[in-house]
Order: sequence, then structure tokens, then C-alpha cells
Amino acid sequence: MSTAMPSSWLHALLGGALIGLASAALLLTHGRIAGISGVAGSLLQPTTRDRGWRYAFLGGLILSGVIASLVAPSAIGGSVRSLPIVIIAGVIVGFGTRLGSGCTSGHGICGLSRLSARSIVAVVTFIATGAITAFVARGAS
Amino acid sequence: MTSTACGARCRLMSLVLAGVAGLVFGAGLLISGMTQPARVIGFLDVLGGWDPSLVFVMGGGVVVYMIAFRAIRSRRKDPWFDVTFHVPTRRDLDAPLLVGSALFGIGWGLGGLCPGPGIVSAASGSVASIAFVSAMLAGMYLQHRTST
Repeated sequence: MSTAMPSSWLHALLGGALIGLASAALLLTHGRIAGISGVAGSLLQPTTRDRGWRYAFLGGLILSGVIASLVAPSAIGGSVRSLPIVIIAGVIVGFGTRLGSGCTSGHGICGLSRLSARSIVAVVTFIATGAITAFVARGAS
Repeated sequence: MTSTACGARCRLMSLVLAGVAGLVFGAGLLISGMTQPARVIGFLDVLGGWDPSLVFVMGGGVVVYMIAFRAIRSRRKDPWFDVTFHVPTRRDLDAPLLVGSALFGIGWGLGGLCPGPGIVSAASGSVASIAFVSAMLAGMYLQHRTST
């Protein structure tokens, strides 16, 4: 445990830095915020223009998952809940992130970095309700 | 809106770079542990055997992006492939922000997946994650249809 924890912290730090780097690259090249719910959700809206970079960015994200399944399948954890619960969670995440204008990436990384008041409030809110839900749902399948 | 000076090769390059950004973003999610629902729930469940490692994901991301954001915005009037930066300017704290974020947290705590890791996991072939992302897209569509 004493050796496993610092290693997971290091991975978390490195992974987080890569997320920040990729988000910065999207800002530099396209001037866009790397918010996954925004990028994905806006493609469901017919009024969204300039769709190319969104498809390309999501394509890269999808490719990372395909590569992981081939070279590092253990990086993908199995579901901890039953399928009906997972589906309910998905609907709530989709609805909530669009209503709240962002998720862990747009508010959590990009927004906090810009010291956006809206993002700070969003992050505090979703971590709080996430913590309460994780506690209440503990032991549920 | 891509700048008018951008021809076919330039446009292809802009899409390749957006794709690389997505690939690196996904690699970051995979390395950090965000694609492991049990870890995410272990982080959110602060009263259980709390796993604080995901604090470092946000910490690492925020430090890098904060430095890069300031460097980019202070040096450039516009991005490489667009005529302007599309950075949010709203400062009001309204009900949709609070209600939406609260709902997102509930879904995140329930399934242990947020949108990015959900998409990466689904692409790996995980049936549960494919179901999660399908439901998420349906939830997004529902929100668009019910908002004025």
C-alpha cells in the first residue's frame, strides 16, 4: 500500500498534465475550450457550425480507447453498477452537463484554470453531489 | 469558422491537430485512472476508504492549463486555425448552472463515469460504457429539446 499509493498519485498527476496539455493544444490551434460534454453535445444540435474539429477531437478520444483496449486493457475499469443504474447515470450526466454548461473537463480543468466563478461553483456543486451520491449508493449494484 | 486564408492542406492540418489533441486527452484520462469507475467512486466517497489520487488529476491539469492559457492569450490575438478565441465570458451564477452541475454530480457518483472517460471506455468495447454513452447522448438530446 505504501508503494502503490504514491505510484497512483504520480500517474494521476502525469495523466492530469496530459489532459491540460491537450486542452491547451486545442486552445492554441482552434481557440476552443476542451469540454467533452460541450464538444459532444453540440454535435447533436443542428445549429452547430464548424463541426470538423469536434469530430476530429472526438475521433482522437475514441482512438485512445481503441488503442488502450489493445495495449493496456487494464486501464479500462469494469462497471461497478448494474446496467439499468449505468443507463440512469448516463441520462443524468448527459442532461446535467448540458444544463450546467460543462463537466469535469470544461469546468474542472479549463474553467478552474481561468478562475471562472461559474466553473468554481459548478465544480464545488458536482463534487458535493457526487460525494453524497457515492456515499448513499455505497453497496448498491 | 475557419479563417479564409486556410486552404485544403491547412484545413487538413487543423483537423489532424484536433485529432492529436483528442488522442492525448484520452491518454491522459487512461493514465490518470479516470477510466476506472471504482477509482472515481473511491475518490468521491470521502467517508469510505478515500482514494485522493484523483485530486492530482485535476491539480496536474489545472497547473498546466493555467500556465498555457495565460501564455497563449498574452501572446496571440487569435488561434492558429480560427479568427478568434471562443472562451466563455459569462459570469452570472444562475439556476441552470447549479441544477445542471448538481445533476451531473449525481450521475457521476452513481456510475463513476463522466463524459470523457465514458467515451474512451465505450471505444474500448465495454458494453456498460457503450450503454452509458448512449444514455448520455440521449440525456443531452433531451436537455436540448426541453430548453427554450
